[in-house]
Amino acid sequence: MAKELLSGNEAIARGAYEAGVTFASAYPGTPSTEILENVVRYKEVIHAQWGVNEKTAMEEALGASFTGARALVAMKHVGLNVAADPLFSASYIGATGALIIISADDPGMHSSQNEQDNRHYAIAAKMPLLEPADSQEAKDMVIEAVRISETFDTPVLIRMTTRTSHSRSAVELGERQVPPVPEYKSDFFKRNLLPGNARRRHVLVEERLKKLAAFSDSFKYNTVIKGKKRIGVVASGVSYQYGRETFPDAHFLKITMPYPFPVNLFRQFAASVDTIYILEENDPIIETFARLALMVPGEGPEDPRRGGAAPHPKIIGKDVFPLLGEMSQDVIQASLGLKDLTPRFDCETIPKRPPSLCAGCPHTALFYNLNLQKINSRGDIGCYTLGALPPLSAMDTCIDMGASITSLLGIEKALAKADKTIKQVAVIGDSTFFHSGITGLIDVIYNKGHSTVVILDNSITAMTGHQENPGSGKTLMGEDAPRIDIVKLVRDGLGLEHTYEVDGYDVKAIKELLKRETLRSEPSVIVVRRPCILLYRKAKWSPLRVDSGKCTSCKLCLRLGCPAISSDADGKALINETLCSGCGVCAQVCAPNAIAFVDEKGLHSSTITLETYLSGDRS
Amino acid sequence: MKTKSILICGVGGQGILTASDLLSDVLLLAGFQVKKSEVHGMSQRGGDVISTVRYGDEVFSPLPALGETDYILAFEKLEALRNVNYLSKKGTMLVNDFEWQPLPVASGREKYPQHIETQLKKLAGKVVLIPATRLAIELGNEKASNVILIGLLAAHMEIDQQLWIDAIGKKVPPRFKELNLKAFEAGFRFRP
Repeated sequence: MAKELLSGNEAIARGAYEAGVTFASAYPGTPSTEILENVVRYKEVIHAQWGVNEKTAMEEALGASFTGARALVAMKHVGLNVAADPLFSASYIGATGALIIISADDPGMHSSQNEQDNRHYAIAAKMPLLEPADSQEAKDMVIEAVRISETFDTPVLIRMTTRTSHSRSAVELGERQVPPVPEYKSDFFKRNLLPGNARRRHVLVEERLKKLAAFSDSFKYNTVIKGKKRIGVVASGVSYQYGRETFPDAHFLKITMPYPFPVNLFRQFAASVDTIYILEENDPIIETFARLALMVPGEGPEDPRRGGAAPHPKIIGKDVFPLLGEMSQDVIQASLGLKDLTPRFDCETIPKRPPSLCAGCPHTALFYNLNLQKINSRGDIGCYTLGALPPLSAMDTCIDMGASITSLLGIEKALAKADKTIKQVAVIGDSTFFHSGITGLIDVIYNKGHSTVVILDNSITAMTGHQENPGSGKTLMGEDAPRIDIVKLVRDGLGLEHTYEVDGYDVKAIKELLKRETLRSEPSVIVVRRPCILLYRKAKWSPLRVDSGKCTSCKLCLRLGCPAISSDADGKALINETLCSGCGVCAQVCAPNAIAFVDEKGLHSSTITLETYLSGDRS
Repeated sequence: MKTKSILICGVGGQGILTASDLLSDVLLLAGFQVKKSEVHGMSQRGGDVISTVRYGDEVFSPLPALGETDYILAFEKLEALRNVNYLSKKGTMLVNDFEWQPLPVASGREKYPQHIETQLKKLAGKVVLIPATRLAIELGNEKASNVILIGLLAAHMEIDQQLWIDAIGKKVPPRFKELNLKAFEAGFRFRP
């Protein structure tokens, strides 16, 4: 069969195809997003969809599994917190058709708010856990997971990480299995988790775990690789790869199914070595099981050379290796005192390159105004979290999906008890609002809050690379879909009278709305609208220009943090014509009118008003 | 063969991931085992981007160790300096002679470092600067600078030139094929 270089996420999608999956759902989130973006390549045979959040996505996959169809659901690690409720129920219910849950963890927090280790979820929810070490295994594990899921009547959790998801390596492609034909058959005792039924299901869950423990001992992907020295390395995921580079002569126990832990296999392995290094990212999951495995009285490792019980090997784990961040060859060696990581060049001496809102981002004008008006903002998860960074510096808190609105209400109510108030707004994007902002807004209305919620509606899930959402009018499979209008949803659906809509590029209108609504003693919503600039790159507007004669070097435009604007040696503004999108926000903030639009004749002119400019043929 | 490592770095939007994909394809065609890593997400909003490619007979880690990278292909000068610690002392640093001010510099809060070339020469085995952005603009499309840089890398590696040309042909859409082949040629033939 052909070999292709695939990312871990592409390999998961390929695995879903080959394993006969016919239903896949997800909510986008780095580093998991490309799983569904690649599953949709097989849309002729797999129904693929974005759920509005991870909980809905998982429940939809569970429903699909009820029919005997093979289902897959994917999310980033923190998404599994959102989906934790159905996760635990799904474990009791089990799987009719296979139910595969992919969690893409982010050790090192490349783009996440924490680095939780989701292997804990498999243990807590009592379901098998698979941890692939490269793309080939990522594909293989989906196929194995389908088999395990249907054999043992259980959902299976696959833990990917940023490195396994976003690394490419060769994958051998296989044929697609013929999927089962879906049919809904009622099974009240299995699927209706009334306490009486659930108690019976729990017994089966515990029995299932025992069977899976025996399976784990013989699972062919839990492998021993013979070495030369009496040093052993026990490793999972990408840490195995780092270990192989660092300890070329050691014996390896490569653990691809960390839960249930292959206790007997580990004990045999432990008997063949004097020292064991345990390599795993984040928490000591394997290490805890490994230490426990050697603690059973009378069941210590047998050493045939010595004709009896041997002393336990020394275990080196999180006492030496870090709990924080990613593992690497460097981290392993430095932890063991084998390598000095002092750099020959000190990178702290050069300017950092933080990410920023794009030139022409329709969120910039809002944050510029929040900063100028010194309004405290509750942030949320999306591109707009970048509004927290200088020079915009307009976001005081950022917690998790949807928490802008709810934390705003908490602050408001707690202060009100002491007759205090602060000028604050919640800032949330369209996709995050659909995900878990709506419930918070209902809380605000129901509990008679009076704060202002700003919804940045750019009609797409932008941060993760432009995925469709209920406001986009398109589905993941490229079909037209009903477009849910946030203004109508809030004004007509929730009955919020003070719901206003404003153009993301209209600096003055945003300014006035913020001023007025933050003083109002009733709840209000401002929907700041303008599609993501990256969607409109093709229809590029003419870049703006600076009249250096008029520029007074006041640097107000630099406070926008627009990547296209810098200043020259005299402090005069400079616009990079390649980067400038022509959005015109800087022209509006320029007090001496030194930044000008260029009209259709290409002439330098400051006579075009914003109104003409925005209403022109620009979208 | 001992596993070799290449690191490609620059600014989000410069075509770094396309370049590292292309490089991986070529190495696979040349019969090596290949592993590649990249980081998505926040880095795509004008932040710094790194992709690493490792190849050899049997490759385990997709990431090179500090001080053990054979080639660094830097799409921007400041990013070359930022990643120089990955380069082995004998390693080759191939740099686009192009400055892109990061936001702290553009907004006037910090200064863009001077004399990057001199610093690199002290820290690397070999340094080659190429005006890839300017050459790409001359070819009619600034975006072709990544393939110019790949051409320069190809000139320093012992891999059949035809494999690169084949891989470019497969990777880019037909309407950009001629431009990209010219870009590759410009990088491949570049002499400082």
